[in-house]
Amino acid sequence: ALHRTPPFPKQIFYGEENPIKEINLLLKLFLHSNSNKLFYSFLAVFHLSHKVTRVVPESALLIVLGLFLGGIVWAADHIASFALTPTVFFFYLLPPIVLDAGYFMPNRLFFGNLGSILLYAVIGTVWNAATTGLSLYGVYRTGIMGHLNTGLLDFLLFGSLIAAVDPVAVLAVFEEVHVNEVLFIIVFGESLLNDAVTVVLYNVFESFVTIGPENVTGVECVKGIVSFFVVSLGGTLVGIFFAFLLSLVSRFTKHVRIIEPGFVFIISYLSYLTAEMLSLSAILAITFCGICCQKYVKANISEQSSTTVRYTMKMMASGAETIIFMFLGISAVNPEIWTWNTAFILLTLVFISVYRVIGVVLQTWILNHYRMVQLEIIDQVVMSYGGLRGAVAFALVVLLDVNKVKEKNLFVSTTIIVVFFTVIFQGLTIKPLVQWLKVKKTEHREPKLNEKLHGRAFDHILSAIEDISGQIGHNYLRDKWSNFDRKFLSKVLMRRSAQKSRDQILNVFHELNLKDAISYVAEGERRGSLAFIRSPSTDNMVNVDFSTPRPSTVESSVSYLLREKAGPVCLDMQALEQRRKSIRDTEDTVAHHTLQQYLYKPRQEHKHLYSRHEIMHSEDDKQDKEIFHRTMRKRLESFKSTKLGINHSKKLNKIHKRDRGQKRRNSNVIPNGKIPSENPVQDFTLKEKGYCSEVSYKSENSQEENSLLMFEGLEDSYVKEPQEKKMLLDVQGNYRSAAARRVQSRRSFHRPKPLQHPKLQKLASLPESCHVPPHSLEQEETQL
Amino acid sequence: MGSAHSVPAEMRELADRTGFTSEQIEHLHRRFKQLSRDQLTIRKENFDSIPDLEFNPIRGKIVHAFFDKRNLRQESDGLADEINFEDFLTIMSYFRPIEMNMDEEQLDRFRKEKLKFLFHMYDSDHDGKITLQEYRNVVEELLSGNPHLEKESARSIADGAMMEAASICVGQMGPDQVYEGITFEDFLKMWQGIDIETKMHVRFLNMETIAHCY
Repeated sequence: ALHRTPPFPKQIFYGEENPIKEINLLLKLFLHSNSNKLFYSFLAVFHLSHKVTRVVPESALLIVLGLFLGGIVWAADHIASFALTPTVFFFYLLPPIVLDAGYFMPNRLFFGNLGSILLYAVIGTVWNAATTGLSLYGVYRTGIMGHLNTGLLDFLLFGSLIAAVDPVAVLAVFEEVHVNEVLFIIVFGESLLNDAVTVVLYNVFESFVTIGPENVTGVECVKGIVSFFVVSLGGTLVGIFFAFLLSLVSRFTKHVRIIEPGFVFIISYLSYLTAEMLSLSAILAITFCGICCQKYVKANISEQSSTTVRYTMKMMASGAETIIFMFLGISAVNPEIWTWNTAFILLTLVFISVYRVIGVVLQTWILNHYRMVQLEIIDQVVMSYGGLRGAVAFALVVLLDVNKVKEKNLFVSTTIIVVFFTVIFQGLTIKPLVQWLKVKKTEHREPKLNEKLHGRAFDHILSAIEDISGQIGHNYLRDKWSNFDRKFLSKVLMRRSAQKSRDQILNVFHELNLKDAISYVAEGERRGSLAFIRSPSTDNMVNVDFSTPRPSTVESSVSYLLREKAGPVCLDMQALEQRRKSIRDTEDTVAHHTLQQYLYKPRQEHKHLYSRHEIMHSEDDKQDKEIFHRTMRKRLESFKSTKLGINHSKKLNKIHKRDRGQKRRNSNVIPNGKIPSENPVQDFTLKEKGYCSEVSYKSENSQEENSLLMFEGLEDSYVKEPQEKKMLLDVQGNYRSAAARRVQSRRSFHRPKPLQHPKLQKLASLPESCHVPPHSLEQEETQL
Repeated sequence: MGSAHSVPAEMRELADRTGFTSEQIEHLHRRFKQLSRDQLTIRKENFDSIPDLEFNPIRGKIVHAFFDKRNLRQESDGLADEINFEDFLTIMSYFRPIEMNMDEEQLDRFRKEKLKFLFHMYDSDHDGKITLQEYRNVVEELLSGNPHLEKESARSIADGAMMEAASICVGQMGPDQVYEGITFEDFLKMWQGIDIETKMHVRFLNMETIAHCY
């Protein structure tokens, strides 16, 4: 076995194609031909029609569209139009999708199921490849397929490239089908991690084919196995290294906020390219880069950068996905490559389906001995059915050298059909299947503080039990990691300010606080305009008394209210307002600091973001007050024309009308000119902002909890709050006093709306705290 | 791993009562002997010898739970001074994973037991109710691991959680109603619909997997 090429994976594509040329062609197709107009209109049409996309997965539609377009071009010019080349695919289209997957991966879920995922990814893929290849070879030998210019190795090669479950396809299809998160993470994790296996198998078999079957020895096989470990572990290490680098860089980008998003993308892409250059698994590299850096990067970079990163990533991933499927369709219209062999194609389809089912069942049976949460039959069905093949297989097959693999065209045709079949047919039918089987779906639950608390308690208890009983279990490991992370990693990789405010429980707490505040205010208003003014007595508050000694006198201090009556939740703002004016003692400042300590900090960060110059501390307060007034007014105004259900519990769905008395009172509340320090109340706004930002942290930072899909709805909040804040901050810059502000606002009361309007429409799902109806300001102005 | 054939009668009885298999019991027995330094009983001090437990924020409560007579299924109340192997196993049995062959009623009982364990942990004065003070205590301990979180915040969180619990358990309350504390029924109500069985268990493997870490 003398040959120069080692079975080590070489460049998986050795750019015969000129990338620039490809892009030119791409552009040409997009911009010049007549089909573009059709293309755009089609996209527009079916994007608008949600009904269509609910039934038919978008990927399927795109393929069909691609076919259609290819057909048009073919009919018109009798040439094959642009085909999806491996270079473009592997260099430009795949990385964004995988990065998006890694960056938004629910880490706790992922690592919790890592064992299962790895089993399916490695063993499962090898099983699929081997069985498919061998079966096809076996059938070939029986002669059904007629004469083909292939040998065993060719079949194995084909098997290896068709075996891999495709992340793009899985994402595209499972997006519509909301299966429970464990199931999703297993299938999806498998599709991501099987890249290493695919790469190794593909390269190994390709080199075997190159050197000829007679030269394959055991040594080569062993080398192949070793190369698997090198490729996978190497790729992972590259990814982790770059994640570390990225986190470190993001820690120091405080003064270059504008280009923060750039770092994220560039360094991640760098990890992909580096791994590719070293012939390691690039997909694994970029996946792990995303997975490992997410926590630190999200903590370090500013709110706006975070939003930018999110949206850009989603946009790129979405765009890439669209292009991939479209071009899959277009590439199929190329009669030169079409070779039809009924038996081969049919059998391939049968084999991949059957062997997948068998593989899944076997592996699940083994896994269930070790898993805490068992995988049931239904899960297995979905897993088998959800093993979609996609563009990766196509790109790999196109990459084959037709000189070495004589039947390349047949393979290409078969791959195309397989991909189409899985994406279109299986994609179409998986949703009804899931519904029919009553697969457990993701639960959308409202965040409960208790749940979080007890969840935390569980973690600790279980770790303790594992320690006591002397076992190394999941909890032990997670605990260890968590300690290590807190002691060393976070200190190095996270900004100081971010380290403090990362507690999940705090996030939920803030949010619930705000909800309470609103419901509380609303409740008070419902009782009549005077209820608020009347007294600070406890019947204005949410009616829970924990048997703490009630104040005998009504005139108690602010802090007493704050501390004794279930914390800031029971804040009678109106009462405080009045009392504050009369009681000015140190307790105030103490209370202020108390709240400020843990509520104020998250917000502070943002303040410095937009100002180009230093903000003096005194100005801070003034601006805070202004923010406070603005938002308090808005918030109270918002009650005017929406309805509120009377419900003390957290299920606020509507906000009710205010009456005139309220408004009048409210405008009295806002003092003229200088406002005395309304520290506790002011913190509400800040809480709000803080909360908004925490919430957005939370929606992404679902590491510790696995029931955080409920926060999907909060994604919406992302849009509004940076804008809202931005607007407020813009506003700050112009104002020097409350009076001036009022004048200005009266004058141009349309001003804030353009900023606010578009997003506010989407506010519906989010806790009302961020909900500010567009007309509120306007109406407020009229009162003034 | 012990004699497979002549399983002593006590072992079998233990196995029946706690639901562990004989291998698991053997394994835990070995661990028990390690902890107790070959004595027959364990005291609180013995738990200090477990290094990793040091870092656990609610270590105190957990160790306490081992000695809590209510958990030991004894009729009396209060704390035991020392526990023997049987008691040790009893506590551990709260954390067994669900078996596939359990029926509805067993599952329900199992769930209640786990929740009761948790409840006892929170209810430190054994009066059958978790009052605000106790809750605050628990939350403070829980969050004590985070150095950046001040006591005030922990308290407020506890208050908020208590309110949430109140709203779930009692719903609307009149102006003069006072919420005493969370009773066990309320506690159950809080956890309705939430899958606790999968969250609260430890895998007791049949094989030796250990950290003999001292």
